[in-house]
Amino acid sequence: MIRFDNVSKTYPRQNAPALRDVSLEVERGEFVFLVGSSGSGKSTFLRLLLREERASTGSVHVLGKDLGRLSNWKVPQVRRQLGTVFQDFRLLPNKTVGENVAFALEVIGRPRGQIRKTVPEVLDLVGLGGKEERMPGELSGGEQQRVAIARAFVNRPMLLIADEPTGNLDPQTSVGIMKLLDRINRTGTTVVMATHDAQIVDQMRKRVIELEKGRLVRDQQRGVYGYQH
Amino acid sequence: MRAHFVLSEIGVGLRRNLTMTFAVIVSVALSLSLLGGALLARQQVDSMKDYWYDKVEVSIFLCSELDADSPACRRGAVTQEQKDQIEAELTEFDIVEDVHYESAAEAYQHYEEQQADSPLAAVVTAEQMQESFRVALFDPTQYDVISSAFAGRDGVYEVVDQRSQLENLFNLLNGVNYAALGLMALMLVVALLLIVNTVRVSAFSRRRETGIMRLVGASGLYIQMPFILEAAIAGVLGALFACVLIVGVKYFAINNFLAQEIPLIEFIGWDAVLGVLPMVLVVGAFMPSVAAFFALRKYLKV
Repeated sequence: MIRFDNVSKTYPRQNAPALRDVSLEVERGEFVFLVGSSGSGKSTFLRLLLREERASTGSVHVLGKDLGRLSNWKVPQVRRQLGTVFQDFRLLPNKTVGENVAFALEVIGRPRGQIRKTVPEVLDLVGLGGKEERMPGELSGGEQQRVAIARAFVNRPMLLIADEPTGNLDPQTSVGIMKLLDRINRTGTTVVMATHDAQIVDQMRKRVIELEKGRLVRDQQRGVYGYQH
Repeated sequence: MRAHFVLSEIGVGLRRNLTMTFAVIVSVALSLSLLGGALLARQQVDSMKDYWYDKVEVSIFLCSELDADSPACRRGAVTQEQKDQIEAELTEFDIVEDVHYESAAEAYQHYEEQQADSPLAAVVTAEQMQESFRVALFDPTQYDVISSAFAGRDGVYEVVDQRSQLENLFNLLNGVNYAALGLMALMLVVALLLIVNTVRVSAFSRRRETGIMRLVGASGLYIQMPFILEAAIAGVLGALFACVLIVGVKYFAINNFLAQEIPLIEFIGWDAVLGVLPMVLVVGAFMPSVAAFFALRKYLKV
């Protein structure tokens, strides 16, 4: 599903690399936490997965594709098989909940009939059935994140990438979001989630990958958060 | 690609950037009317050239009694023998279409007709007018042949090419035409820079949408299409204004004013005017689209 081979990434005009010689593999259906302090390279790791950046050296394979060799115009095809969720939700404030989810399908040219059928289904799945017509501003943070997850999942992606999805949420709401991500994982979708939330990592007991100053320092099955920050 | 979705995005974009869009429309309209105007002016000059060059003649003025003090006429007034000789030679030239002789009396008559209002007319007498041969050429540019054959000959005062006098006028008109084209080029640059800027602002104000589009895997073209169409629509609107302006100038300034004031000149017709409008529209649609495409290439990376 994901394979990093000796991946390093140095941004232009910066001396210290953001990632140094990272090699790892994530299998289909896994749930992986990515932990590490700020500046440890988590974001760079995720950006490489999304092919927002290319590795300086080494190769990144996602869904069997070598992202470093993928030409620009093929990138959208790969991204359609990925779902992404962010700390700041990234919803469109002037569109309703339903429109926000439908947007993801419209912009990749799905037929209208399919959109009309799929959107309510996926909103039901994330526990927002019947809130299709609401505006994002009227929802709580947890609900907004559910909309974002619905949008990420509406394409039935093989891989869901979550960048601190609970970062803006209180612990109780976070638990709900984690349950939802766990459920999505159980449908067979691989989940990679960067997080600072020790409690969640410790509770879930999933694989933990820890980065420190760009290096892979820990890769543990059924791991814990494991360090104080 | 879903037209409805793209169209609604365009509507939002155009309204959000109303002032910039307006500036684009105005500058495109001005530059394209200058373009159309310059093209039509060139056609006008060409048709005037055709018309006048058909009418111009080479005049061979002959020496009269009164020209004795000019160097060309040292040997006195032209004799009948010399005149016959000149006429005979002229008719032998292949390039000569027609020759006619104008006597001093005829010249005086023409002069009186043309200058009836001038105070000079009263003082000028028939004796002061020169006899001449009026030579029409098949190709007016071959004036040199006639000139080298007859200039300096006994009895010939001078050989005058009317065309060279018209040439000055046409050169002036051409100069004005080039100035219009230069101005158009400048306006076009202004319009292009405005379009590039407008597209950038538009892309910036919708970076949230485009960011999400990228993440969910919308293709580059799909993301760019609303912006490109936005620029194209503004361009077409500008081009339409330019067309209205061109047609307006043709109708009000030319048909209803100039054509009546200056009946001597045959002005360009509606067919020529309507002929440039499609080109104005095409340029108006494509130029902004291409500008937008290149502006976005830097801005909306995958």
